[in-house]
Amino acid sequence: MTDRFVTRGFVGRRGSDQGGDLSSRTPPGQYLTRDFPVLSAGPTPRTPLDRWSLSIDGLVKAPVSWTWEQFLALPARDWTVDISCVTKWTKLDMRWRGVSVDTLLEAIDLEPSAAFAIAWSDGGYTTNLPLADVLNNQAFVAFEYDGKPLAPEHGGPARLVVPGRYFWKSAKWIRGLRIQDRDEPGFWESLGYHNRGDQWREERYSGD
Amino acid sequence: MARTLDWQLATVGAIRDETPTVRSFTLALPGWDGHRAGQHVDLRFTAEDGYSVERSYSIASEPERIGEIDVTVERIPDGEVSPFLHDVVVPGDRLEVRGPIGGYFVWDTSMRGPLLLVAGGSGVVPLMAMVRHRARSGDAAPARLLFSSRTSDEIIYRDELERLSSAGTGFGVFHTLTREQPPGWIGYARRIDERMLAEVLEPLGAEGWTFICGPTALVETAANALVRLGIPADRVRTERFGPTGT
Repeated sequence: MTDRFVTRGFVGRRGSDQGGDLSSRTPPGQYLTRDFPVLSAGPTPRTPLDRWSLSIDGLVKAPVSWTWEQFLALPARDWTVDISCVTKWTKLDMRWRGVSVDTLLEAIDLEPSAAFAIAWSDGGYTTNLPLADVLNNQAFVAFEYDGKPLAPEHGGPARLVVPGRYFWKSAKWIRGLRIQDRDEPGFWESLGYHNRGDQWREERYSGD
Repeated sequence: MARTLDWQLATVGAIRDETPTVRSFTLALPGWDGHRAGQHVDLRFTAEDGYSVERSYSIASEPERIGEIDVTVERIPDGEVSPFLHDVVVPGDRLEVRGPIGGYFVWDTSMRGPLLLVAGGSGVVPLMAMVRHRARSGDAAPARLLFSSRTSDEIIYRDELERLSSAGTGFGVFHTLTREQPPGWIGYARRIDERMLAEVLEPLGAEGWTFICGPTALVETAANALVRLGIPADRVRTERFGPTGT
């Protein structure tokens, strides 16, 4: 790279509200926020809980599906994680309650060729993740945020949360994981956003 | 293989006041490949010591303009970037830009109409690119903009919208002022609600596209109402900004 461009006259706030250890938790190009901004591409879907289910199918020996009551009966835990959205905000120490994707996958036998999970949601949203990016407690399906049921505009009744990736990978209104042997770009991944979306490598857009 | 969105240097051209707190900046971009109405760009700001921040801004100008774009920025008093853009940047300055970004909240004339646009405050910016694209291309698709502002002084693009809506090309603008209305105000005077949307939508019918941009509460209200009014969910496209937009 050539000499870094300097924006004339720009000083920046330099994290007056973020100490040293906080700025080390802020991925490149991000700023810290205390709010929880809402971003979605269309209307907020509202599926009644008695018609809600969460399923895992695709390259599994036998597909599985949980009703809302069955899902809530799965072992859940609290998660405190930092979240980064590709629109530049990072929010630290977000407190969720949810079920690890590991726990969900314990209910099924993966075919040997299984390598990718396509999360799909009410409203038609999809996002793709290598299984290697969600196993080992790297992802969970959250149903509470900050001690309260997850609000619809934030993805309730349940959303995927993948803290190690930009937040579009954390599919709101999740209804299932489809297991595949090959990768398949999801909604934003087909519209110019990065296929993997690692915020620490600043993988925002295709080609980054 | 996807094209990489490289950073390029834009030169700031004209700077125009839209309202007391909203300003438009023309950015000359020699290497610009064009955009679609509704897309945004990322701007990067780097201090002498290497400290750097990025922000996303919607493109306000129509794709027909070659080699330059406009962005329109509201000054957030405690923001990190918008006060810099408003108070420090002058014509001739250079800014790092990359884009265009976003492929869903877009409209072009090939998608046809009718077109219902719903905006709150500076959420009008990407919708203005659609309005300008429609006007510039001579497209005849019926289009309406329902625009919520707090006061009449805060209506962004007010004169241009007035001009375009009185041009007899099938574009109409409907204002609502939520905080204060001038004497003799004949527009709406409340927050956007389902009845208001039904009135503005009525002559357009439910067959077209709707784009909504504004604060979360407005977007939630409008998107839910439009679905109840019979617009298919995949024809209701939203873009939101929360109170953190700086």
